[in-house]
Amino acid sequence: MTRRRAAAGTFGRQPVGLLLSAPYAVFIVAVFAYPLGLAVWMSFHTYIFTAPGVSVPRPFVGFDNYTAVLSDPAVRQAFLNILIFLVLNVPLTVVLSLALATALNAAIPFRTFFRVSYYVPYVTASVAVVGVWLFLFGSGGLVNHALGAAAPSPSWLINEGWAMPSIAIYVTWKQLGFFILLYLAALQNVPKELYEAAAVDGASKWRSFLAVTVPGVRPATTLVTLLAIITGANLFTEPYLLTNGGGPNGRSASPVLLMYQRGVEQGHPDVAAAIGVLLVVGVLLIAGLQRILDRD
Amino acid sequence: MRSRIQLAAVTILTLTATVACGGSGTSPSSGEAATARGPINIWYSNNAQEVAWGKQMVEAWNSAHPTESVSAQEIPAGQTSEAVISASITAGNAPCLIYNTSPAAVPNFQAQGGLVSLGDFPDGASYIGTRTGGTAEQYKSPDGTFYQLPWKSNPVMIFYNKAVFTKAGISTTDPPLSSYEDFLATAKKLVSSGAAKYAIYPSPSSQFFQPWFDFYPMYAAESGGKQLVENKKATFDSDAGKAVAGFWQQLYAQNLAGKEAYTGDSFADGTAAMASVGPWAIAAYKGKVDWGVASVPTRAGGSGDQAATFSDAKNVAMYTACKNRGTAWDFLKFSTSAEQDGKLLEMTGQMPLRQNLEQQYAAYFTANPQYKTFAAKTAHVVEVPNVPASVEMWQAFRDAWSKSVIFGKEAPDKALSEAAAKINGLVK
Repeated sequence: MTRRRAAAGTFGRQPVGLLLSAPYAVFIVAVFAYPLGLAVWMSFHTYIFTAPGVSVPRPFVGFDNYTAVLSDPAVRQAFLNILIFLVLNVPLTVVLSLALATALNAAIPFRTFFRVSYYVPYVTASVAVVGVWLFLFGSGGLVNHALGAAAPSPSWLINEGWAMPSIAIYVTWKQLGFFILLYLAALQNVPKELYEAAAVDGASKWRSFLAVTVPGVRPATTLVTLLAIITGANLFTEPYLLTNGGGPNGRSASPVLLMYQRGVEQGHPDVAAAIGVLLVVGVLLIAGLQRILDRD
Repeated sequence: MRSRIQLAAVTILTLTATVACGGSGTSPSSGEAATARGPINIWYSNNAQEVAWGKQMVEAWNSAHPTESVSAQEIPAGQTSEAVISASITAGNAPCLIYNTSPAAVPNFQAQGGLVSLGDFPDGASYIGTRTGGTAEQYKSPDGTFYQLPWKSNPVMIFYNKAVFTKAGISTTDPPLSSYEDFLATAKKLVSSGAAKYAIYPSPSSQFFQPWFDFYPMYAAESGGKQLVENKKATFDSDAGKAVAGFWQQLYAQNLAGKEAYTGDSFADGTAAMASVGPWAIAAYKGKVDWGVASVPTRAGGSGDQAATFSDAKNVAMYTACKNRGTAWDFLKFSTSAEQDGKLLEMTGQMPLRQNLEQQYAAYFTANPQYKTFAAKTAHVVEVPNVPASVEMWQAFRDAWSKSVIFGKEAPDKALSEAAAKINGLVK
């Protein structure tokens, strides 16, 4: 009896629950906690990846890697770039996906066709989609032909001012389908009676959207914002393929792109880990701020 | 509650200990492995011609050595081959031999403890020296030994599209491309005539290896065969380096070279009239482009066959995860024998890094004269310097090049000086 009570004290009142959740806990530890712990450890040491059994000194270096990273103009530029990206991408994503989801939720002709159309870019390989975007936004592309003399020079993707906004717009467009899907699911849970009551009170469509739809999908908005911030902060493929690896002059380089260069190509995983830890802290701060604003 | 805290604490401590200890497993001891014999595995490039060569070569070995069989596969797909190889070194599952080891990546692999010193085999250095001759010296590591076997080179030259040149009214038998002045005039004519959108379109990407196809071949030619770094000092902050940078800056400033990402093959598509390529291009463009070939230009011109160029070599390295290194070394010699080098030449058109190449395979070059121009270049190839922080060094160079030469945000001379200072700090 005493032993059973002791076991209950250690494993809680439902030890079977612990057993059932163990596989996921192991997964979390192996795939998230361990790499994160290793990254933090690496960022405070001199570290290189070595073959098994090869012993190299890995001295503790305190904040040296962080100092190196923060004094590197390329890294500072990359963090600024990602901030520009998030400022453009997150609001655009929220507004457009909510507006389109609302439209697609209404009884419009070819609704299924439109739903599929918005989802196609999301499930298409980036390499293929980037080709289309280059065709559109290249110096001799369709957009510049349409704009004529109003087209920027140098063209969008090699223009220091336009490279990052172009990527932000591209990513918004590419991921819109997924976020529309989240909002469509959320819209199903907004009670129809609220719309009817708003109509009885004489609310216009726009007023009804602001007073019923927007508050009704608020949990989805929180999720969309959070996911857009996280995926945006992890930007890699688009600057790698669309703007020649973060060009021009590093104006579209992202922290993850620099992590790849420093950690994988150049053999400095300690420096890459410091960039990664700063990125995680930055994302957590932004996400925390967003949660506080959302609560208010 | 207390017990649960203890349980959590033990878990965290275990995790921290695992993190601090790093990886597990060990490479085989080098003493035992050096002479051990038995099955081995190898990786080769995924290029179709090389795969065909690799398959026949492995088959030939396996039929003669049933107890020391070789299994082969293409290098697993990844962002780059170097990233995949580096990961496999760390994981301890690299194969015995990789037939696509980039010389620029060797210093990193060596620092990882991933490479076997080929100089430790009794006939290691002598075999490499006899096969490759004096060129082999460029592939020695700073400690004076070989961690790579110089295997094949792809001397970089200028391919030009004869149809586009004809359309622009430029000679296709002796096009004016040998001096910077001639090259620029030809480039302008090609673009202004509407024959091609760009004269030349090397990738403007910021990847560390892109200078090998714009700056480095021309710098090798202009400097009389200098490497980017010699005696632990950058060499390009010089008249030769500045001349090459100035030449490319003009091409970009006048929109004669493309600055944007290009997803296809600009030369095959006819978007660019010229391309920096190696002999692999002969097979690649067969039936697609009616091409001609010229040496990379120099400021004064007229250097022709004697001008140096970048080797674009790919080598073979032996990896420390290999248990049967005795077999691996024998197999390496078999696969780089005169017979297999001849087959490599026939099946891929790539040049084995073997001295007296033209004489040794005279019949092949008589039957395939288009390869002869490239073969003549193999005696004048310049390799990337084998220095620590090699990739970091090339990235520093590329960043300076992109900023100044491609996008014109800084004077190339100043950018080269700054890059040289940074590189001197990296390789000292």
